[in-house]
Amino acid sequence: MARRCQGERRGAASQGELEEHESREMIAETGHYALILALGVAIVQMVLPLVGARIRDQQLMAVAGPAAQLQFLLIAIAFIALMTAHITSDFSVENVWRNSAVAKPLLYKISGVWGNHEGSMVLWVLILALFGAAVAIFGTNLPYQLKGNVLAVQASIAAAFLLFIVTTSNPFVRLDPAPFDGQGLNPVLQDPALAFHPPFLYTGYVGFSMAFSFAIAALIDGRIDAAWARWVRPWTLAAWMCLTLGIAMGSWWAYYELGWGGFWFWDPVENASFMPWLAGTALLHSAVVMEKRDALKVWTILLAIITFSLSLMGTFLVRSGVLTSVHAFAIDPARGIFILAIMGVFIGGALALFAWRAPLLAQGGLFAPISREGSLVLNNLLLTTACAAVFVGTLYPLALEALTGDKISVGAPFFNLTFAPLIVPLIVAVPFGPLLAWKRGDLLAAAQRLMAAACLALAAIVLVLAFRQRGPWLAPLGIGLGIWLIAGAVTELVYRVKLFDASWSEARRRLRSLPRSAYGTALAHAGLGIVVIGIVATTAWRSEAILAMKPGQTASIAGYTLTFKGVAPRQGPNYRERVALLEVTRNGEEVTELTPSKREFTLEKSGTTEAGIHPNWRGDLYAVLGDQLKDGGAYSIRLYFNPLVRLIWLGALVMFIGGAVSLSDRRLRVGAPRRAQTKATPVPAAE
Amino acid sequence: MRVGFSSLILSLAMALLAACPAHAVEPDEVLQDPAFEARARTISEGLRCLVCQNQSIDDSEAPLAKDLRLLVRERLKAGDSNEQIVDFIVTRYGEFVLLKPRFEPHTLVLWLATPAGFLAALLIIALAYRRRMAEATNPPPLSVAERRKLKRLIGDG
Repeated sequence: MARRCQGERRGAASQGELEEHESREMIAETGHYALILALGVAIVQMVLPLVGARIRDQQLMAVAGPAAQLQFLLIAIAFIALMTAHITSDFSVENVWRNSAVAKPLLYKISGVWGNHEGSMVLWVLILALFGAAVAIFGTNLPYQLKGNVLAVQASIAAAFLLFIVTTSNPFVRLDPAPFDGQGLNPVLQDPALAFHPPFLYTGYVGFSMAFSFAIAALIDGRIDAAWARWVRPWTLAAWMCLTLGIAMGSWWAYYELGWGGFWFWDPVENASFMPWLAGTALLHSAVVMEKRDALKVWTILLAIITFSLSLMGTFLVRSGVLTSVHAFAIDPARGIFILAIMGVFIGGALALFAWRAPLLAQGGLFAPISREGSLVLNNLLLTTACAAVFVGTLYPLALEALTGDKISVGAPFFNLTFAPLIVPLIVAVPFGPLLAWKRGDLLAAAQRLMAAACLALAAIVLVLAFRQRGPWLAPLGIGLGIWLIAGAVTELVYRVKLFDASWSEARRRLRSLPRSAYGTALAHAGLGIVVIGIVATTAWRSEAILAMKPGQTASIAGYTLTFKGVAPRQGPNYRERVALLEVTRNGEEVTELTPSKREFTLEKSGTTEAGIHPNWRGDLYAVLGDQLKDGGAYSIRLYFNPLVRLIWLGALVMFIGGAVSLSDRRLRVGAPRRAQTKATPVPAAE
Repeated sequence: MRVGFSSLILSLAMALLAACPAHAVEPDEVLQDPAFEARARTISEGLRCLVCQNQSIDDSEAPLAKDLRLLVRERLKAGDSNEQIVDFIVTRYGEFVLLKPRFEPHTLVLWLATPAGFLAALLIIALAYRRRMAEATNPPPLSVAERRKLKRLIGDG
């Protein structure tokens, strides 16, 4: 590692410059040092509590809490050091040189920290340590042994990944002499939505480690009860929320940046984040059964293990390069093999522990097939099978190529065909679940209560069929499904507050006293409905025009008339662009101007396409500028109208808000029984 | 090599964009007859761009994808059916070009894993339920330890 001060080389540098340089040098070294210390602390945090639990030494177990906080502090120092190096453009750090440049805007200097392999792994362990520290600080009412075990498992994951970073992906490797400017960041990453996409995605991925650690701790203990689920739920919910938002942000970015308005590609990298989301959604639901009814315990534990295993697998798929091609992986396998080993140890170890200890866990409450529990089992069956479909489709080509050398492609048509038949029944079933009673439900009564929702959905189908001019026959049914979900969510609230059975004031009182988790459920389910409507509408009824336009020419799409005014060059902070101007009118009235552009990043020598988008409640008018055609004068211009496409991300946001509302309820309730047992602490009026 | 090990997003970006920006069909390729053009688009959506990751030739700007799009349109004009065109391209470029693999011996697992998994899970749930109900209605006989404890509690009687 070249870490000699480059000041020596510049003998003539003034004293002040030298001092400034040395302090800068110190920052990167401090970060490096903190990272290695964090590895040591993680190992201590992993070993001592487990030993303490064995020999029943409370003091040893108590090491876990402070160690978790110290580990977080150290990784935070390392992260801040790396960020400082990026912000100050310290090109003596190889990572900065490879991924940054002086002229890059500040926002992307910051997001560039995690826009590369090494930095993103540091972010990964930072979030992991943050969760560990949160358990140490807020877990005051956790049973002693459970807390120690959870933090030890958490630390073992951190230790494995810290070792991975320090040995194969060190972000603090130095360059001597330091270059004058960096190589820049991939232009497509220089985008606001993508700047904040990875932190959310990682919080989701890594957040599931909490469920995993609690599951392993419960297996080590051989004991599990409803309090366990009450503890795991908020963490899982928080992780799920962040993953939802992270995936939505990625999809939104793809929509406006990739130049043709697609929002989901079934790309392996997308699938890598979608699988933990599906399993995590199932986990959220099965944890409800466990908390309320003390049932499905063994399954919930297994699901917690599966969910985090899928997060690990996502990390492996993306980090190892195995997706680019099996051969790329084989040429430089150090990192891939390391993560594969981490995966093997954690997933294999967890499943072995599960096989050994799960039979010890006591069976929980009984329930009839038609019941709230039964509906949640159906939810889990469909979600995990859907997850398996994505898993098979993503990994099969890799496995087939590795085993036989045959190369096949598995793309969107496969996923649509296998995924949809599982998700459609799930959507049909969703509104029934919350209306069924625990233990034994009445399907007929639930169906009666859903009559209004069903009528609304039917009306929507008929209406869409009547006004439909083109598009697939199934599309109106899809819209109906979305309405069904939203109306079903409202129905549940209506019946819970007895809106039609009781007096208005009684209903209002009930509306206020309804637990926030009920609102959270309704919002999340309605959000899914909104997403469904957005996906169906934009897939079925998008219009497209591919044109060769000369300045002055007009084109029309979806009732809009666009006049092409010409193309002008423009200089950005670190790119040059050619901007087209399109005037948009509708029924003779001026609506807006669209300015799609093509950017050429000088340093990185590659470009991006910036779509011109006019969002509006009916849908997005979307214009993309192509190249100038050979015959001179005319430009290739693509126009799209994407009906209701905003609902996809709006719905994801509603799901996120639903999670947040539910979380605000959870936080008030966590550990409540325990507190009641000890001393009655004054609780501030929360609602 | 950097491509393979770049960040999550970088790979997404690489996969979707850097290799071949998504610009798809050029104005000069579009066929006059809208019915022909619609068929061409349907066929192209199922064919993979050979040099990009996970992109159909309909979305890819790569020259090879353009060649394939033109080839599809040529065959259409020559009067081939959709199946004939796809077969023609598969014999030339191999099955790799299909985004939806055919149902053949080496893709058996791919196609059957999900339905088989669903049925297996359903079976497991049904069996677990039956076992739990049976246990609930006729509880298992007491273990030796339990019998001893019972004896101690109620006496020899």
